[in-house]
Amino acid sequence: MRAHGVGLIAATALLCGAGAAAADGGEIWVTNEKDDTISVIDVDTLEVVRTIPTGERPRGITFSKDFSRVYICASDSDSVQVMDPETGEILHNLPSGEDPEQFVLHPDNRRLYIANEDDAITTVVDTETRQVIAQIDVGIEPEGMAVSPDGKIAITTSETTNMAHWIDTETEQLFANTLVDARPRHAEFIKDGTELWVSSEIGGTITVFNVADQTEIAKIGFEVQGVHRDRVQPVGFEFTADEARAFVALGPSNHVAVVNAETYEVEKYLLVGRRVWHMAFSPDRSLLFTTNGVSGDVTVIDVAALEPIKTIKVGRFPWGADARP
Amino acid sequence: MRSALLVALTLATVLSAAARAEVAVTIAYLEQQVERPPTLSNLEPVPEDLGLAGAALGVEDNATTGRFLGQSYALEVQVVPPGGDWRAAALRARAASDVLVVNAPQDALLALADMPEFADALLFNAVAQDDALRDADCRANVLHTIPSYAMRADALAQFLGKRRWDEWALVVGTQPSDEAFAAALRRSAAKFRLEIVDERVWAYDADIRRNATQEVPLYTQDLDDHDVLVVADELGDFGRYFLYNTWEPRLIAGSEGLVPRAWSPVVEQWGAAQLQNRFVAMAGRPMRSEDYAAWAAARTVGEAVTRTGKADAASLRAYILSDRFELAGQKGRAMSYRPWNGQLRQPIPLVHPRAVSALAPIEGYLHERSELDTLGLDAPESGCDRF
Repeated sequence: MRAHGVGLIAATALLCGAGAAAADGGEIWVTNEKDDTISVIDVDTLEVVRTIPTGERPRGITFSKDFSRVYICASDSDSVQVMDPETGEILHNLPSGEDPEQFVLHPDNRRLYIANEDDAITTVVDTETRQVIAQIDVGIEPEGMAVSPDGKIAITTSETTNMAHWIDTETEQLFANTLVDARPRHAEFIKDGTELWVSSEIGGTITVFNVADQTEIAKIGFEVQGVHRDRVQPVGFEFTADEARAFVALGPSNHVAVVNAETYEVEKYLLVGRRVWHMAFSPDRSLLFTTNGVSGDVTVIDVAALEPIKTIKVGRFPWGADARP
Repeated sequence: MRSALLVALTLATVLSAAARAEVAVTIAYLEQQVERPPTLSNLEPVPEDLGLAGAALGVEDNATTGRFLGQSYALEVQVVPPGGDWRAAALRARAASDVLVVNAPQDALLALADMPEFADALLFNAVAQDDALRDADCRANVLHTIPSYAMRADALAQFLGKRRWDEWALVVGTQPSDEAFAAALRRSAAKFRLEIVDERVWAYDADIRRNATQEVPLYTQDLDDHDVLVVADELGDFGRYFLYNTWEPRLIAGSEGLVPRAWSPVVEQWGAAQLQNRFVAMAGRPMRSEDYAAWAAARTVGEAVTRTGKADAASLRAYILSDRFELAGQKGRAMSYRPWNGQLRQPIPLVHPRAVSALAPIEGYLHERSELDTLGLDAPESGCDRF
């Protein structure tokens, strides 16, 4: 009887252990632009486990490097909110400039580079002192933000000016401005910061730059069968851990393209929800979560199989996404 | 690594400074003011800077982009009061630039386009919706950023057809613009196989504001059975009093109710909210269709200058009419110009005062080239042979 009890305890401990291991799958945090909330998705159960109120019109979202803080662009509250991800409590607001849309956290884990969409400005904020360090004049409707892995270059793309603006993070000054196709939306550095990719929503392309001299080395086009090219609109994109592939959200074509990052060829198109915007990988990069603005849901893609496996209902107009372990 | 990068950066800066040619672009804005017939309601006075404010914003947008490329933009404004000297103002505008945004009715626009001094100029028509300007009366030196009556009527017909509201009663006002829009509506109904089952002219000349509840039910009582009452009342004179006062409970569309427009303050998707905000901040009022068309004209010039590095009318015209040209117009799709008549292809929002109900082209209306060409005069339909 006693031995049996021990066995039961051991079994329970094992179950708890399994549960704890499963919880290691982490979470995906999704901003709902038209609900002023964040939906937190459990990566193991693929269900929404928390809904957290935010400021008005939350869009860009990113965790601090140690995941102790989450930064949220509350566009219509004209602030970047700093939240404790455990409690969901807003700790304070950062001075962000007007209408912050997207941002990127510098590798120094302190400087936040923020695109102020209505003001044609990029604001640099020190997240520790909560002071604005610099405001940089950029083109109209700044949106996409990226920073090189060594932290030396920050990028702002401007949607109406149709440029990638290159910021020297030492001087916080522009050192180059490169034209891309219409309505650039998102930018990412890859290959140790030697390549910069910029998506153009209306142009329907991704421009690949050689970072050393800011010259264009490739232009990636997309063609979804049965969808007019006007509706194939690349927005957010992310790379697999080995940087062999990019997943590119194609907006109202309701597809995600899988791009070979070496050959710049599109390998496959995956059907997701309506007007797919942005995406985030699970912490182990085995799953990809896309935000589908119009259908108000998130599509889960199995990265190895290149198959969508589930749709998860979230709030109205899901926009940004980030992951934490 | 750091020093190598810095050297590379400095070199790139020097190179880009050397490569960029300084380009100074002046766009002339030329307006022929017109006497506007009185309307019963004074709820929405026509802004004095209608059109002009849009052109000014477009030039400001161009300048923001231009300063990264060594390009500067200026706007030269000539406004002629009713009965003023149009020709003299035109020549003053022409002295400032060979690229013009024109706010003038069809007759004045054609007189301008046919002046020998303008033979090599590039004119953007930002207000005249007349279909003839995209048809037999087209001019090689005139491009159109305002949608034609035909485009607006087709947008409405697609929507009503999709809803299967196939039978229309049409009420037409007595102004020339009412008849022009009505003609486009008749053509669209035939094009999309809808039927105008009844039609009459509204020529009531008393103040209807106090007795709409008595007059409109009687006026609409004996209309043949219809799904929708379509009103051609482009000045906004009487149509507003028809809403909720028809004999049968019928929806109203056309110039009132559900209205196809180039632009409206209720357009807020596709980055439109940012454009609306910039406009309100500058002009202190909401953006209207004529403002949008003038903005699109100025932005077309800016986009062509940015991509070609050239600023003369001939180079710009060639690029704008090529298949390389694309304009992001905050209506969800790339916009371009029809090479057969110079009309800017664009989606048409169907709006009421509180929201966008739909955006034409409506899903399901297909076209071999671009769905946007299901709206307005397509290549085989247009009698324009000047391009």
